[in-house]
Amino acid sequence: MSQKPSVKTWFESGSPWVWLNAGGVAISVVLVVGLIGLIAARGLGHFWPAPVFEASFVNQQGQQETLIGEIRGSEEIKAQRLREAGFNLPADGPETYTRHQVKTGNRDLVGLDFRFALEKEIAGRYYPEDIVVLERTEWGSFYGYLVEVRENGTVVAGADDPNRFQVMQERLERVLELREQSKHIEKVDIGAVNHGLERIRLKTRGLELDGKTPENAPQAFARLAEQRAELDADYKVLEEELVKLYHQLNRDSVLMRAMDGREVEIELSKAVFAFQPNAYSLLGKIGHYFEKMWEFVADEPREANTEGGIFPAIFGTIMMVLVMTVLVTPFGVVAALYLREYASQGTITRLIRVAVNNLAGVPSIVYGVFGLGFFVYFLGGSIDALFYPEAAPSPVFGTPGLMWASLTLALLTLPVVIVSTEEGLARIPSAVREGSLALGATRIETLMRVVIPMASPGIMTGLILAVARAAGEVAPLMLVGVVKLAPSLPLDGNFPFLHLDRKFMHLGFHIYDVGFQSPNVEAARPLVYATAFLLVLLIIGLNLAAVSIRNRLREKYRAMEN
Amino acid sequence: MSEVDFDVLERNVQRNKISEEEIAMQVRDFRLFYGEKEALKGINLDIPKNKVTAFIGPSGCGKSTLLRCFNRMNDLVDSVSIKGEMTLYGEDIYRKGLDVVDLRRRVGMVFQKPNPFPKSIYENVAYGLRIQGMNNRRKLDEIVERSLKRAALWDEVKDRLDDNAFGLSGGQQQRLVIARAVAVEPEVLLLDEPCSALDPISTLKIEELIHELREDFTIVIVTHNMQQAARVSDYTAFMYLGDLIEFDDTDTLFTKPSNKQTEDYITGRFG
Repeated sequence: MSQKPSVKTWFESGSPWVWLNAGGVAISVVLVVGLIGLIAARGLGHFWPAPVFEASFVNQQGQQETLIGEIRGSEEIKAQRLREAGFNLPADGPETYTRHQVKTGNRDLVGLDFRFALEKEIAGRYYPEDIVVLERTEWGSFYGYLVEVRENGTVVAGADDPNRFQVMQERLERVLELREQSKHIEKVDIGAVNHGLERIRLKTRGLELDGKTPENAPQAFARLAEQRAELDADYKVLEEELVKLYHQLNRDSVLMRAMDGREVEIELSKAVFAFQPNAYSLLGKIGHYFEKMWEFVADEPREANTEGGIFPAIFGTIMMVLVMTVLVTPFGVVAALYLREYASQGTITRLIRVAVNNLAGVPSIVYGVFGLGFFVYFLGGSIDALFYPEAAPSPVFGTPGLMWASLTLALLTLPVVIVSTEEGLARIPSAVREGSLALGATRIETLMRVVIPMASPGIMTGLILAVARAAGEVAPLMLVGVVKLAPSLPLDGNFPFLHLDRKFMHLGFHIYDVGFQSPNVEAARPLVYATAFLLVLLIIGLNLAAVSIRNRLREKYRAMEN
Repeated sequence: MSEVDFDVLERNVQRNKISEEEIAMQVRDFRLFYGEKEALKGINLDIPKNKVTAFIGPSGCGKSTLLRCFNRMNDLVDSVSIKGEMTLYGEDIYRKGLDVVDLRRRVGMVFQKPNPFPKSIYENVAYGLRIQGMNNRRKLDEIVERSLKRAALWDEVKDRLDDNAFGLSGGQQQRLVIARAVAVEPEVLLLDEPCSALDPISTLKIEELIHELREDFTIVIVTHNMQQAARVSDYTAFMYLGDLIEFDDTDTLFTKPSNKQTEDYITGRFG
C-alpha cells in the first residue's frame, strides 16, 4: 500500500510542531555551549606561553630595525589603506596584506606594549632559544636577551657564562621569597599595628567628645598613651626589619639587551617571573600554563589590574554573595510564611503578592540608586552619627561598602526568594499539617517542626536563583560598594575580622573595569575573557553546591508528592 | 478471611444494647454550615466508650465532616459555622475558651492517606510527646516501643527506627500513623477511611489492629466499605445527605434495618 506523502498529512502528523520544539532546544544548547566555549577559548589561551620571534627588516624610513615580540593577532588589510597610512607599496603588488599585532613589551623603552608589523616585514622571523621574557611589577614585561647578572654592582655571571639564566632564576627565587616576607610584614603585621593605632585614635577622640580631658580623666588617657607607645615600639621594630629586607631585596640586578640594542639594568626586586619561551619543552609549557593560571586565580592584580591575578575580586564576590544570602534568607522566608500561612487570602494579599512579583522586574540600577540614597546616606549616615561620632568627619558606614552592597542585592533578590518559598509551602499536602495539628501541635509548632523543613527545597530553589542573579549583578554595585582596587580584603585577622564597612572588588565590575577603563586595553582583553570565564565558573559552582543541597533535601522530604 | 468474618459474627452476637453502654461522646442537634449550605442537619448520636463505632453512607453524606467535628479539625476551614452541642465525657467541646490543642490530644485522628512526617520512624512516633515537652530519652524509647507494638509494627521496624518514614510501604505508614496517634494516649481515636488507600493485605492488618485497640480506646471509624463496617464495628451509623438515618448495633443494622433507605443502601440498591 503506497501512501502519497502530502504537506497536509505531514502537518497533521504533528511532525512540524516536534521539529519546531526540537529546533528551539537545539538553538539554546548551541548558544550556551558557544558562549562558554568562546570565553573559555579566548580566556584560557592567554596563559599558554607563545613563542617569541626576532626579525630584522628595513622599515619605512629605510632604516634597519630589529623586532622582538609575540604575535597576538593577525588580520588581512587592504593595500589602499596601507598606502594611505604612508606605506610605500609596489603598485602591482597584491590587493591585501597580512598584518600582525605584535606584543613587544618594553613599555619603558618604546612607550607602547603593542605595535603592528606586516607579514612581508617579519617574514624572515626566527625563534632564538635564549630570548628572555621578564615580567615586572611595573612597565609590563621586558622582551630581550640576558647579558649579565650582577650582585651589588659586580658581575657574577657574565655574557660568556652559558648558565647565566639559571643564575638569574635562582636569585629571582630568593627575591620572591624576600618580597613575600616584606609583603607579609607590610600587610599583616603593620596592618595590625595601624588598625590598633586607629582604634586608639578613635577612643581618644571618643573620650574627648565625652568631655573628658587629660586633666579630669588622667587614667584613661594614660592607658591609651601607654598602648600607643607599645604599638609605636612594635612599629619601630617592624620598620627596621622591613628596611633590612628592602636592603637585601635590592642586592641583585640583571643587565638586559632590548630589541633595539639598548642595554638596560633591571633590579631583580622589580621582577616577578622570568622564562625563555622558545626553550620550553612541551612539559615546560604545560607547567608554565598552570603556574600562570594559578597566579591568575590566587594573586593580587598589578599595574591597574591589567597584570597579575584577580583573587581579591573572587574573594569579594563570594563574600558579598554569602552576606547577601545570610540577609535575604530569613527575611524572604518569614515574609513568605506570613503571606501563605497567616494572611487571609483576600484582595489585599493578592495585591501584595503582585507587588512583590513586580519588584523582581525593577531595573537593578534603580536598586543601586535606592541603596545609595537610603542605605548608604540615610541608614549609614544615621549609624555613623549614633555610634561612630569619634570617626567624624570620615564616614564608617556612611559610605558605600560590603554591608550596603549585600543589603541592596538582598533587596533585589527578595522577590525570588519569597515566590519560591511560597511555592514550596503551597506544595506541602494539607494532610501533613492536619496530621500535626491532630496530634495537639499548635500552628507555630507545626510550622517549625514540619512545614518549614518540608518547604526547605523550595527555599533552596529561591536561594539558587538569588545567588545566580546576585553574583552576576554589576550596575547597582557600582553605586553601593564596589571599587576598582580595594586596599584590603573584607575578611582579615584584625578585630572584628569581618569588615562590613569596607569596600570590595567584584568579578563583574572587574570585567567592566579591565575591559573598558584600563589604560592598556589591548593587553587586558584576554583577561576580560578569562575573568568572565571565572565568573561563570564561580556562579556555576555556587549553583551546583546549592542544587546538590536542594536535591538532598528533596530526597529527604519527598513527601507524598504522588 | 472467612475465619475472621466468623469471629466477628460470633462476637457480634454477644453484643449489648446502646442503652447499656457507657457514653464517651454525645452529639445533640448538631448542625454544620459551609457558608450558607447546611452539611449536617441536626445530628443526635452517642459514641459508646471502648467500642468501635462506624459511620457509613454514600459520598458527600457528611460522615467525614461529622468525624472532623469531634476534634474540631473543621476550625481550620474559614467558612464553617456550627450550631448545637457536642460533648466529651460531659464537657462541651465547642464552648468558648476551650483549649483546642488539649482537645486534640484527647481525641486523636488518623487520616485517609498515610501522612507520616518527613522524619525518622522514631521521631514520627515521638512527635506528639515532644510537642508536649517530653525529652527524657528513656521514657520516649519506652513509649515509642509500646506504641509501635500496639500498632503491630514493632517487629517490622525495630531494626531501622532511625530510617526515614517515607521508606515504609503504604500499609506500614498507616500503622505508623496509628502508632503516632496512640503514643499520646488519646481517649478517643478517630479513623477517617484509614484503609481506602491500602491494598487488601494491609487492610486486613489494620482491621485486626482496630480489634486490639478497642480494649484501650474509644474508636470512631468512617468507611466506604460496608463489609469493613460489619467486620470491625460494634455500632454503625448510616448517614445520608447530612442526616443521620439510622444508628444501631452493627448486627441489627445490617440484618434487620428499621429504615427503608438503610436497607436499600446496604443491599446495594443505591449508593
